[in-house]
Amino acid sequence: MTDARPIPTFDDDGPERKLCIICSKGSLDMAYPGLVLANAALGEGIETHLFFTFWGFEIINKKTMGNLQFSPVGNPATHMPTALAGLPGMQGMATRMMRKQIEALDVPPVPEFLTLIKEAGGHLWACRMSFDMMKLSEADLFEGVEGVIGATEFMELSEGAQTIFV
Amino acid sequence: MLVTIAGRPVHVNEEGFLTDAGEWDEAVAAALAADIGLTLSDEHLAVIRFVRRDFAERGTSPTLRRVSSVGGFEIKRLFVLFPKKPAKKMSYVAGVPKPIGCV
Repeated sequence: MTDARPIPTFDDDGPERKLCIICSKGSLDMAYPGLVLANAALGEGIETHLFFTFWGFEIINKKTMGNLQFSPVGNPATHMPTALAGLPGMQGMATRMMRKQIEALDVPPVPEFLTLIKEAGGHLWACRMSFDMMKLSEADLFEGVEGVIGATEFMELSEGAQTIFV
Repeated sequence: MLVTIAGRPVHVNEEGFLTDAGEWDEAVAAALAADIGLTLSDEHLAVIRFVRRDFAERGTSPTLRRVSSVGGFEIKRLFVLFPKKPAKKMSYVAGVPKPIGCV
């Protein structure tokens, strides 16, 4: 005699979820949280938008996206003495170490991660004010960026969405 | 719990995922796929076989990225074959646990 069989619904008929992630920081360690969450959301069938603003432009600027840095300066979580953290070469060393750890987990580098997010159906947006301030042109941005939008347009875009600020 | 799938007794958890990948075969896969509205094609089966092989080798279900980067299947295509929640759906049909990896 066997039991009645549970069948997962995978919430196919549930309410549509929508997520907006604001990426405002440009260091290697702060680029990943937004990308990881976006990728996870897309894998759950959630409509996902990433909005890059200020230092977050480092993530979508073709010149910098493959070369984000991690600095132990001003970061007590590294448990490195303050006097050591600022020594010449320390940022490069810390960055190399972090890249290795990220690679060891089979997590892709930033440019590849953005491509993955695009392939999974994610939307990438650049902030108009930062774009103008940094005197960039659209050719400077990762080709998956759909547009440069202002704060008001972001408000329209994020209507009804859960919003995360990184 | 012990349930009947494709006419034979199979162990599943409270969500309906198989708890013993060894109890799986293609008839079970077809029944599991039908549960979630899928009809298995050769293309689905090629993905499912990769998922099972990877699970057998590593003891953990592959994430969507791994199915793409190691298995060689295109992400876009996986979203077409297993709509909306591809990683969970392919694991379900493959008779392995839900993937727990972040990326």
